[in-house]
Amino acid sequence: MTVHGGIGQSIKRKEDARFVRGKGTYVDDVRLPGMLYLDIVRSPYAHATIRWINSEKALKVPGVLAVITGKDLEAAKLSWMPTLMSDRQMVLPVERVMYQAQEVAAVVAESRYAAADGVAAVEVEYEPLPAVVDPKKALEPGAPILRPDRKEQTNHIWHWEVGDRKATEKLLKECEVVVKQDLYIPRIVVASIETCGCVAQMDAAMGKLTVWMTTQAPHAIRTVFALVSGIPEHKIRVISPDIGGGFGGKVPVYPGYVLAVVAALKTGRPVKWIEDRSENIQADSFARDYHISAELGASKDGKIKALKVKTIADHGYTDAAANPSKFPAGLFHIITGSYPFEKAFVEVDGVYTNKPPGGIAYRCSFRVTEAAFTIERLVDILAHKLGIDPAELRKKNFIPPGAFPYESALGWTYDSGNYEAALKKAMDIIGYDALRKEQAEKRKHGDLMGIGISSFTEIVGAGPSRDFDILGLKMFDSCEIRIHPTGKVLARFGTKSQGQGHETTYAQILAEGLGISSDDIAVEEGDTDTAPYGLGTYASRSTPVAGAAAAKAAEKIREKGRLIAAHLLEVRPDDLEWKDHKFQVKGVAEKAKTMQEVAFAAYTNHPQGMEAGLEATSYYDPPNLTFPFGSYICVVDIDKETGQVNIRRFVAVDDCGTIINPMIVEGQIHGGLTMGLAPALLEEIQYDEQGNIQGGSFMDYLLPTAVETPKWETAKTTTPSPHHPLGAKGVGESATVGAPAAIVNAVVDALSHLGVVHIDIPITPWKVWKILQEKGAA
Amino acid sequence: MAVAARPMAGDEEMAPSYRVRLEVNGKPYDAEVEGRTLLVHFLREDLGLTGTHIGCDTTNCGACTILLDGRPVKSCTILAVQADGRAIRTVEGLESDGKLHPVQDGFIEEHGLQCGFCTPGMMMTAVALLEKYPNPTEPQIRRAISGNLCRCTGYVNIVKAVEHAAQTMRGPKAGGKA
Repeated sequence: MTVHGGIGQSIKRKEDARFVRGKGTYVDDVRLPGMLYLDIVRSPYAHATIRWINSEKALKVPGVLAVITGKDLEAAKLSWMPTLMSDRQMVLPVERVMYQAQEVAAVVAESRYAAADGVAAVEVEYEPLPAVVDPKKALEPGAPILRPDRKEQTNHIWHWEVGDRKATEKLLKECEVVVKQDLYIPRIVVASIETCGCVAQMDAAMGKLTVWMTTQAPHAIRTVFALVSGIPEHKIRVISPDIGGGFGGKVPVYPGYVLAVVAALKTGRPVKWIEDRSENIQADSFARDYHISAELGASKDGKIKALKVKTIADHGYTDAAANPSKFPAGLFHIITGSYPFEKAFVEVDGVYTNKPPGGIAYRCSFRVTEAAFTIERLVDILAHKLGIDPAELRKKNFIPPGAFPYESALGWTYDSGNYEAALKKAMDIIGYDALRKEQAEKRKHGDLMGIGISSFTEIVGAGPSRDFDILGLKMFDSCEIRIHPTGKVLARFGTKSQGQGHETTYAQILAEGLGISSDDIAVEEGDTDTAPYGLGTYASRSTPVAGAAAAKAAEKIREKGRLIAAHLLEVRPDDLEWKDHKFQVKGVAEKAKTMQEVAFAAYTNHPQGMEAGLEATSYYDPPNLTFPFGSYICVVDIDKETGQVNIRRFVAVDDCGTIINPMIVEGQIHGGLTMGLAPALLEEIQYDEQGNIQGGSFMDYLLPTAVETPKWETAKTTTPSPHHPLGAKGVGESATVGAPAAIVNAVVDALSHLGVVHIDIPITPWKVWKILQEKGAA
Repeated sequence: MAVAARPMAGDEEMAPSYRVRLEVNGKPYDAEVEGRTLLVHFLREDLGLTGTHIGCDTTNCGACTILLDGRPVKSCTILAVQADGRAIRTVEGLESDGKLHPVQDGFIEEHGLQCGFCTPGMMMTAVALLEKYPNPTEPQIRRAISGNLCRCTGYVNIVKAVEHAAQTMRGPKAGGKA
């Protein structure tokens, strides 16, 4: 017997009722009496000394109340703030600006427009310094030292390595075939349609600070604010209201948030700061920016053996990566992917440049896309070199289903997988063999058609506390259930939805666990005064971690409920079983009590000696990460005249274990695929030699529209996670991780007969057109 | 922190203001606005209609799309004074008599939204499309919404939502799409 809105049902989303009416409450919708507006003066230079700042004219602008500079903050010891990576970041600079569009001063005014007028009137005298833009040049002797404040007088931040270097190098030498490839994975930004912002309010009478904020991790932010500001943590309330997309970009603490809080404390009035789109693109956390050199060794019949990867990671002027793992390069060592490498070695060097800091996720958990892209590209390069069909080469090498739990060469324990089943399904759906025949036929006529595969392995659900923490806070998450006397439920979580549909998905998990319709379960998140402590939503961790907490909390409710039901039915608790979402006397189906009946009794007729009420809280620290996977196949046609890549079909077979709401999961995959297409074909943040950003607005930074985005085709296999209470693995990011390689593999496949081995992303029509000209194929 | 050396609000030299009379969601408004006030700020901050969102500063994203005399317009790129004497429809005006507009229903039924931020603008564009073309093809829908960016859905379900709405608006007698 199913419960309404239980696990596996495509019920419609609860949150949609407000969103389709325009009744969501996003941060910019928060308006308080007497509220002021803060706007930011930004640097036109990538690297410059600040000679002076003159606020006089700005202060004469009607409506302007105050101008905040780095010197003001220095006096309060707030000009720098710590990053999650044991580095430090400027709130406002005192001496030097380190990237174009860096915050230089803040103007506080009565209105949005007056604040902008004030920004225009602040005078700053700069002395430009040589900018360090290329991370490889940053490491050369004689390069300007960007961070003289550090003990180590070098632009090299850290070196990190994992695996067995000697054994890998030895095995590579022994391999009959070695393919080597340099790949640059360019800097991109998540550009959620809602930019970042906050409203800060100080209640002077109560000494309480409330901040409405675009954050994916409200509790962690509260703790960080308390540690940095000295305000006691119980006097800080962080509210993350409706969030218009996060994708990792709303994990970091940006200077604007801190400035709004400072302004609220100083003026005694609420202060709103909302960045505009250009500020969002130019100054907020970036993703990727990895310069990778990879070598893969195999036998001549295509058995994959060894992998060696060297990477330079451009971190901008500080390492402010929102990376809660103990590994400086995040989970990059998932790079052995779906294959049983005998030996592997990965090293990454972090480097400072005159660019904004970050290193955030862009819808993947900490460098997983970089890893999946690299391995899936290399496997294709090997296939082309050996003349083996890329699908056959993958099948030949996959970690077999019987090998799980599988210990990877770089130290991960994959929970479960069935890689060949996913690939076979994708091949069947798309009609792989027929496409290969069509391609051969087309080639005879000079038409350019390519087929690309990506059989990726993801790593999500951060995370086990042995490997993950934020400033020491372990990466558990939480669920608190309160069942009211009438059997209706209020449940609160430590995560924060940014569009994923938590209010619906969590209600479904609880409906299943409590035997109560999801219609009768209200889910709340994002208010640190009410929700249980949690580490937030990113890294596809909500279902793997908080979803597990929900299942565990429901279990606790059932434990108490059984005692109450036994009392009502006048039987021993052991005589009862939880069956068909009810407490039933074993073997006597008609003698049963529903959770609603038990809830009423919990407040009106509970056993003597038992505490009243029916509530439970669970904090879940996962024993391992989860490893979703999938196989994607992309078919492209290339216009020889323009170099335009047209995605004819794209089939995505995903396996995220147990699915809570198939409709929502499919929606997550559609969105993820589109954010995989984006960097593959369109998006890149580029800088010129002076560190000027080339295209810092939506005029030049191209998000996919409905016209470029193909009609995604999705399917699934289901291999539950053995260690998750529900078998769920998380899905929000898989498609973003898996898609780029499928697209690039398809484009290169279309051009491989011309001798093309690799094209760096984004594959623009211009790049393809140039290749076609060079190869004489246009 | 440097603070302005004069009383706060009140005795400022005020920018000249203009009178704007317009109709929003069928309701007349008569307001004084600063000449440079963008229509989107007027709607959101003066009228409190916060369903219309702001997602960029270059007229690319379409989160602020409203209907101006029935045509979809990005309200971040016209001034409130330019709307004088005209009729505006926003997301708040879609529901009538407690009944959702078919486009709103379509977005719910087909999971055409996730974070909800682009949704109001996306729906207003869809309403304008369907009022002009009751039976749009998929490429027509995709072209129509190409000035509205969505970062969450990948557009597949938005297209379905618009098709769903078109079907509803044509009514059961009109039958399925050819």
